[in-house]
Amino acid sequence: MHERAVSVKGLRIVRGGKVVLPDLSCAVAKGAVTGLLGPSGSGKTTLLRAVVGVQQVAGGTIDVLGLPAGSPPLRARVGYMTQAPSVYGDLTLRENLRFFARVLGAPADAVQKAIDDVSLGDHADRVVNRMSGGQRTRVSLAAALVGDPELLVLDEPTVGLDPVLRRDLWRLFHELADSGRTLLVSSHVMDEADRCDALLLLRDGLLLAQDTPASIRARTGAEQLDEAFLRLVDA
Amino acid sequence: MRTLAVAERVLRQLRRDPRTIALIVGVPMLLETLLKEIFSDRPLVFQSIGAPLLGLFPFVTMFLVTSITMLRERTTGTLERLMASPLRKLDLLAGYGIAFAIVAVLQAGAVSALAFGALGLEVSGPKAVVTALAVANAVLGTALGLFVSAFAETEFQAVQFMPAIVFPQILLCGLLVARGSMAAWLRWISDALPLTYAYDALAHTASNTLDTRFTVDVAVICGCIVLALSFGAATLRRRTG
Repeated sequence: MHERAVSVKGLRIVRGGKVVLPDLSCAVAKGAVTGLLGPSGSGKTTLLRAVVGVQQVAGGTIDVLGLPAGSPPLRARVGYMTQAPSVYGDLTLRENLRFFARVLGAPADAVQKAIDDVSLGDHADRVVNRMSGGQRTRVSLAAALVGDPELLVLDEPTVGLDPVLRRDLWRLFHELADSGRTLLVSSHVMDEADRCDALLLLRDGLLLAQDTPASIRARTGAEQLDEAFLRLVDA
Repeated sequence: MRTLAVAERVLRQLRRDPRTIALIVGVPMLLETLLKEIFSDRPLVFQSIGAPLLGLFPFVTMFLVTSITMLRERTTGTLERLMASPLRKLDLLAGYGIAFAIVAVLQAGAVSALAFGALGLEVSGPKAVVTALAVANAVLGTALGLFVSAFAETEFQAVQFMPAIVFPQILLCGLLVARGSMAAWLRWISDALPLTYAYDALAHTASNTLDTRFTVDVAVICGCIVLALSFGAATLRRRTG
């Protein structure tokens, strides 16, 4: 078993009077790409927000890189990409990244590297508001990459991207994992599940399974992970 | 260092929007000119309220611009990103303060040049103090704008905070009616509003009575800036529901 980058025990989260996560325990292995999959409304974003430390928690513990989630020393070590692109629309890509690099204390050459990582070299000096939705998503991803964090928490980073770009980004995620970074990536598209080293399947705030794609397939006897998900729901 | 990164970023955003800059600088100049013209047969009126008004414009402008900018930061998720980063709350607030103080220098400088130059506004006290007070009022407006942005969910609401929070202060500060002739309860309210002290400081500068009362006024303005910034910091939550 790999070393753990994140371990969640008995996590309970209530948002606006509604219990989103009643009692969740799971772990994320270091140096791997873990996919958090589930339909929208299953509590994926809430769990990610809790790991990053921006979500109020009603109970349980979350350890991130050996510290309680949200501890000040973690803020420079954990990169977070929110679901909606959270960058400054009236600035260019490069201006956005320069700002976030300064906030995160990253070196100046990190900006160009992050631009190249998301393949937006030709658009570095374009104002973000004039970009397409997919490009904006990548700007937001670049803003999470620029600090070269040990743990990257990405909330649906590949939504709305064309298949070639999606493939390139997943390739990037695995390169980052190979160099020792940990990635926790959410998606509501099951066909992305196969690209992950490990999966957390979430539905209605409950963890259906936590395993590698191959083991989940073997356990459920399903060829496709979509089908495996259904069998787990029915079980 | 991070404070300056925030200030620079806010200024870059404004620079992308030349129309807003033109409005920030141009509108007070237009209003100051109109003020002189509508009282062209009573030049004393312009001479007595020209300087206080010049010093209060930046308060109103920066209150509005800041509350909208900060609200945008909250609604687009960039604030959440920043709260997850090593940025300190004070870095964020001070960064905004510095950025809008720089804009206020531009605004107050332009209106001062026009008023004291072409419009022939005279003050007995030092003109530089009028401009400096205008910048201090701008920072006060920024600090209050940062604070109230936490209570607005939409830009419509944020815009409505302007008449709700700024207009009563303008009515009660002594600019339109001397505070001495107000009913006692109105004066008490006036005593509790920061713009009263901003106006009083400007009036003292215009009449060159830079006495203890002037010092108290300046101290109250600075105190209110610190107070509004700390309230603003309290509205910034690292963790939200």
